Amino acid sequence: MKAGTMATLKCNALCMSFDGVQALSDVIVELPTSGIVAIIGPNGAGKTTLLNVLTGFLRPEAGQVFLGQRELTGLPAHRIARLGVARTFQDLRLISLVSLLENVLLARPNQKGEKLLHALFRFGVAAEESKNREAAVRLIRFVGLEGKEDQPAGELSYGQQKLLTLACCLATEARILLLDEPVAGVHPEMVSQILALLRKLRDEGKLVVFIEHDLGAVRQVADHVIVMDQGRIIAQGKPNEVLDRPEIIEAYVG
Amino acid sequence: MVYAMLAVSLDLLAGHTGLLSVAQAAFLGVGAYTSALLVTVLGASFVVGLLGSIVMAVSVSVAVSVPSLRLQDNYFVILTFAFQMVVGDVLNNWTEVTRGPRGIPQIPQPVILGWHVTSHLDFLILATALTCFAYFVVFRVTGSPFGRVLHAIREDEMFAKAHGKNTLYFKVVAFAVSAALAAMAGSLYAHYISYIDPTSFTIMESILIISMVIIGGAGSMWGPLVGAFVLVTLPEALRFVGLPSAIGANLRQIIYGSLLVIMMVFRPRGLMGRYGFGR
Repeated sequence: MKAGTMATLKCNALCMSFDGVQALSDVIVELPTSGIVAIIGPNGAGKTTLLNVLTGFLRPEAGQVFLGQRELTGLPAHRIARLGVARTFQDLRLISLVSLLENVLLARPNQKGEKLLHALFRFGVAAEESKNREAAVRLIRFVGLEGKEDQPAGELSYGQQKLLTLACCLATEARILLLDEPVAGVHPEMVSQILALLRKLRDEGKLVVFIEHDLGAVRQVADHVIVMDQGRIIAQGKPNEVLDRPEIIEAYVG
Repeated sequence: MVYAMLAVSLDLLAGHTGLLSVAQAAFLGVGAYTSALLVTVLGASFVVGLLGSIVMAVSVSVAVSVPSLRLQDNYFVILTFAFQMVVGDVLNNWTEVTRGPRGIPQIPQPVILGWHVTSHLDFLILATALTCFAYFVVFRVTGSPFGRVLHAIREDEMFAKAHGKNTLYFKVVAFAVSAALAAMAGSLYAHYISYIDPTSFTIMESILIISMVIIGGAGSMWGPLVGAFVLVTLPEALRFVGLPSAIGANLRQIIYGSLLVIMMVFRPRGLMGRYGFGR
């Protein structure tokens, strides 16, 4: 895993279609090793599909995904997550009945207590659990939800739930974070809080890729923008260069 | 007690992992037959029979679950149904080994390290010990990080996968543990009753076990025990009402059915449960 620490995530000629609709056609991307990358485009442009293919939740019809030298195509989603590529979902996925702490704890990697015999006999599980607990509390504080550790996740506001999914994502210790609309539908104050977190993560050397519709948010934080339309990448580059092009504005409005 | 064990074993699967299986009686049968055959044909001791039935149940469960758990939950239910039917057919028709509908008679009473289990009291002690063991296993497993993943699979499997959990592995292990506990109950049952035949291990039994879990409350600590207690004592209670047996037997089925419907409508979490089916 350490060997792949600075490996780049890239994909080659990805194709994917649903019932004859081409969701991805010949998509080639090479993501930087760190920074903030925004993926934008109208609804149905293939943004979420791209993310699903990169994280192994969908198997592409053609093309490959690589992390450094290692091919990820066809690996199950949990293996890709363990290799350091974590994601969030557009429709918030959380275990809403249990506490914030339990949600984050679940996401911690390599737990001995998840093996059956360890679960039964508890060799060293308590020590491991308390270490993971500390890490989880730290992450909950990092995303600004301190004091709510024992509250059920379902009682949080929408924006707070988005923060929690980010904490779960970070708990996996992934270096590459793929976030599906992390600020959509969130209160403006919360938006700036989440964007500040994304900057902090970039400064820690992580790669943050996020899908977003709000171009204002994209301009604020993104180092690099990828524009998609009808399953293709139609432009990419620095935000102020890409976002002012007339054809991009047209793709959005039209 | 046997039913309490079965209900607890199914609860690990249905209550905690969210996988409904209608094959629990099949694993009861696998356990009962393995243990009975080991002891009567090969002359093995009860302990060997018990361990043998657990090993057999785990192997069979893995063979069934690895392909079927790749499917969606609804199809998994159908596959366990098919498996239940296959086990019934094997027990009935593989006459060279299982003696078919004639069953296996004269299963000796257990002897454990010189302790001859003969009286009802002895059996009660043994059954209580094994039930406590089953309870301990399920309690430890569900209270651990392993159980945390099982609960996550029940609530949202995608969430667990996105955070690096091999959900197939967790489901296969939960299924195997559940089968092993059911087989343990089967082994005890065979040596207590001393005669087994295929009619004790049909789909009707499976459904009774499911009813226990649902009525008691899936995914809770005491739910399966309460459910088992209610459904085992119910027919006894009905006897005191003094109905003729022909009516009583049919009435029992009607009461089971209505009880299930009433539970599903008014309290889908069961008497003691925290979580309900059918979100």
